[in-house]
Parts: sequence; structure tokens; C-alpha cells
Amino acid sequence: MSVLRPLDRLPGLNTATILLVGTEDALLQQLADSMLKEDCTSELKVHLARSLPLPCSVNRPRIDLIVFVVNLHSKHSLQSVEESLCHLDAAFFLGKVAFLATGAGRDSHCSIHRNTVVKLAHTYRSPLLFCDLEIEDFRAAMAQRLVRLLQICAGHVPGVSALNLLSLLRGSENPSLEDL
Amino acid sequence: MDSYDAPELTPRQDASSRLKDFFIGATPLQKRLESVRKQTSFIPTPPRRKIPQGSQLQEDVDPQKFAVLLHKQWTLYSLTPLYKFSYTDFKEYSKLLTAFIAAEKKKGLAVEVGDDFNIKVIFSTLMGVKGTERDPEAFLVQILSKSQLPSEHKEGKVLWTGWFCCVFGDSLLETVSEDFTCLPLFLANGAETNTAIIGTWFQKTFDCYFRPLAISSFNLSWMAAMWTACKMDHYMATTEFLWSVPCSPHSLDISYAIHPEDAKALWDNVHKTPGEVTQEEVDLFMDCLYSHFHRHFKIHLSATRLVRVSTSVASAHTDGKIKVSLKKSSYFFLFLHSF
Repeated sequence: MSVLRPLDRLPGLNTATILLVGTEDALLQQLADSMLKEDCTSELKVHLARSLPLPCSVNRPRIDLIVFVVNLHSKHSLQSVEESLCHLDAAFFLGKVAFLATGAGRDSHCSIHRNTVVKLAHTYRSPLLFCDLEIEDFRAAMAQRLVRLLQICAGHVPGVSALNLLSLLRGSENPSLEDL
Repeated sequence: MDSYDAPELTPRQDASSRLKDFFIGATPLQKRLESVRKQTSFIPTPPRRKIPQGSQLQEDVDPQKFAVLLHKQWTLYSLTPLYKFSYTDFKEYSKLLTAFIAAEKKKGLAVEVGDDFNIKVIFSTLMGVKGTERDPEAFLVQILSKSQLPSEHKEGKVLWTGWFCCVFGDSLLETVSEDFTCLPLFLANGAETNTAIIGTWFQKTFDCYFRPLAISSFNLSWMAAMWTACKMDHYMATTEFLWSVPCSPHSLDISYAIHPEDAKALWDNVHKTPGEVTQEEVDLFMDCLYSHFHRHFKIHLSATRLVRVSTSVASAHTDGKIKVSLKKSSYFFLFLHSF
């Protein structure tokens, strides 16, 4: 079983790579397109995958950020994400993993409770982002945010590292979470 | 938020946000802030519901009145609290509502000779249809057709029925001030036009707002689990689920029927804690059904959307339509509590 490690390859020059993992192909494709439209000083590479582990045969660059996309309308996407999380090296969870939950706007279509995803993100100590990827404006805003996050995780922003950002994001949440 | 309908709020959240404008005193505002603080607990806990032991309220329920509520398809609406509603003014309300309905129906038509309205509206309380002692009493509104011949004295045919209730609304009742009656659930059976007219009258008279209540797939799976958990002597109908697969050009519907005894046996294997139903048990129950279906048909039902659940106890559709088939009133509270 191949496990994805964060530092097993050398970084490319001025390149930042993001891996989007999720079962909703159309949404991932749209998000990838939105991200590539963004103005960015670094060269962006977006990889899409339905689940981990990734096939070994492909020659891929070092992955700087992994975003797991969970669709709140489909329990299948949550189960697929939970299974994929086993194939990641623990070092990835030091700021290089984020969860993105989509579909919260249409409550009548939701089959997963919001707290389930919040608990998942809390268990893996990673930030959780909510965005309705079907709405273009929200998707564009989230793409902007992800590009910025990616630049930090790739080390292209001086003075901020992935781990630094993670502790900043956690500090803004309710301190009672730390007790759990 | 332009491309689809505004997100449906549960009655709890809807009432809280609308009550914001009504408070002027410090004490109700403090009470409301306190309840909001309690609701948004940051600790993520999966939902867990108690199976209510409604035995203490069972005796109050009038079986004849209760029979009105069974075997009918109800459309659900969520309702904001009613301002200055009184249980003693029912005769007054009946008269006003009858006049209002007759006026609405006559709008646009030529003036008819004849002073007698051919419909009659009756308001009555439904004793015992509530969860705890604090809940306000439920009440029923019926439109009956009056027979034209004065010699016949029997009651006319029921044209439309609607009832308002509040079950286990403790968190809502804390935020409501004295003049308001909190009955967040409204169920209607009958013609849409009548529902609209009655709704307009209530909105004008009591300054409230109706909104259609949609049941999410998440809540439908909870209902399926809780209704399957009911112990029955004999089952009248199979347990049926309906899923909607979103695909173009027309969506596909998958229907899955299980023998009710098998469903109950599955639930008994899954259910561990007596008197309480947890999120894990509901998830496990549904996952068993999904994996069984996947083994035979290689289709992931978990990627589709649960649209309808039908058991011997009751059935519910995601559009907000429910039907209760059970005579035993204790299970009735079970289904109302599911909201």
C-alpha cells in the first residue's frame, strides 16, 4: 500500500501543486478550473483524484496541499474520504490537509449532519471550509482562498508556514475545542 | 443564494431569528441570548434522540378526535408564534374565518342572492397532543359543508382539515414572551386553495408566517429508524424506501421494499442502548441496507438522495407530506418528536 508522504520529492521551481480528492467529479473539475483562472505569482498545478491511494506509476510533482471535498448530500462521498485518509502519512496533517464541505445550502437534500463533518475535521486537526461549489460566485471566492492557502503550504509566502497557518486558524475557534 | 430556493430552516431556528425584532425589554433579550449561546455549542456531537415514553399523556387523548388525524396525507408547514391567540375565543374565530372564506370565494363572481354561507368552520382543541406539560395545546380547524336543506341536522362533509401543534418545544418556549403562543407545526389536508385562504387569515389576524417545511434526507433516515423500532403485533404494510438519483435528462427513482419483520430484526441487532437512539445506530441501519443493495446491484445508494420512507407506522416524503397509519397513540408522539 503506497502511502503519500509530504516531503518525499524535491519541490519544483516556483511550482505549487494541490490535490483535490472527492467523488463528485463535476464539482472538482469546476473548482480546478476556477483555481487556474486566478492570478498567481507561482505556477499552479491541480491534480484531481476520486480516492487515495494514487497509482504509483505516474510521475507526479511534490504535493503541497490536499483538499478533501465532502458533499453533504451524499454519504458515499464521506465514506470515500474516510477510507482515503488512511493512505496519508501523518506528517501531512501538519497544515497540508484541509476539508471542504459542499452542499450545506440545500438543507432538504442533506443526508449528513453538519456535526459529522465538523467532528471529522476536528479528529484530524485540520481546517474545515464550507462552500457551495455549485454557485459560481462562492466557488470563485473559495478558489481564491485555496490558491492563497496553497501558496503558503508551498512556502511561497515569506514569513508564514503551513504549520504557522494551522495554529492561527485553530486559535480563532472557540478555545473549548482544545479540551476535547 | 440566487440559483435555488432559500434554505429551509427548522422551526426552532426560524422562530428565534424572527423573534429578534420583538424584544424591547432587557430580560427577554437576555433569555434569548442565553438560548442562542446554548444552541451553538462548539463541541461537535452527533445527534442523539430519546424515544419518548408518552404514556402519561396517552390517557388525555380523545380517541374519536384522534381518528381524524390518522390515515390522511398531511402537508407540513412551519409557523412562527401567534400573537394574542386565545383558546377561549374559538367561537369568535369560527365566525370571522367563515365570513373571510365566504368573502374570498365570492371575490370576482357576480353577487349571489342568499345570506347563508354553505360552509362552516369549527375550531376545537386536541387535548393531549403534546410532548411535555409545558407545550401549548394543539388545536384543530375544520371546514365543513353545511347541508342546504334545513330539515337535515347532521354534520356536513369535511372539506378541509388543519391542525396546529407543538411537541417537545422546550427550547422555543424559553424565548417566547407572554403574548405569543408557540405552535410551530401546522399540518393541512384538503384543497390547496383552502389552505392558502386559511393561511392568509391566520397571517393577518395573528401576525405569523407560514413556510412549507421540507424534510431532509437526514431526518428521513432518522424517521425510518425510529418507526422501524416500534414494536408491532402485526404489520400491515411493507417497509419501503424511495431514492432519487440525479442524472440527466430525467432523474431515476429507485424503490426498495423490505419485509417489515426483517427490518425490525435488523434494527434489533443494531440497537444497543435501550430507550435512546444514537446517530451511529441510524447510520449502521442505513449502511446495512446500502451494502446489501450494493452487493446485488452494484449501485451506491449512499450517493443518491432518500426521498420517501414508508412503514406500517407512518410514511413521509421529502416535500413535507406525511401520513400516520397507526392507531396506538403512544407511537404518534414518536413521529412528531422526529422533527
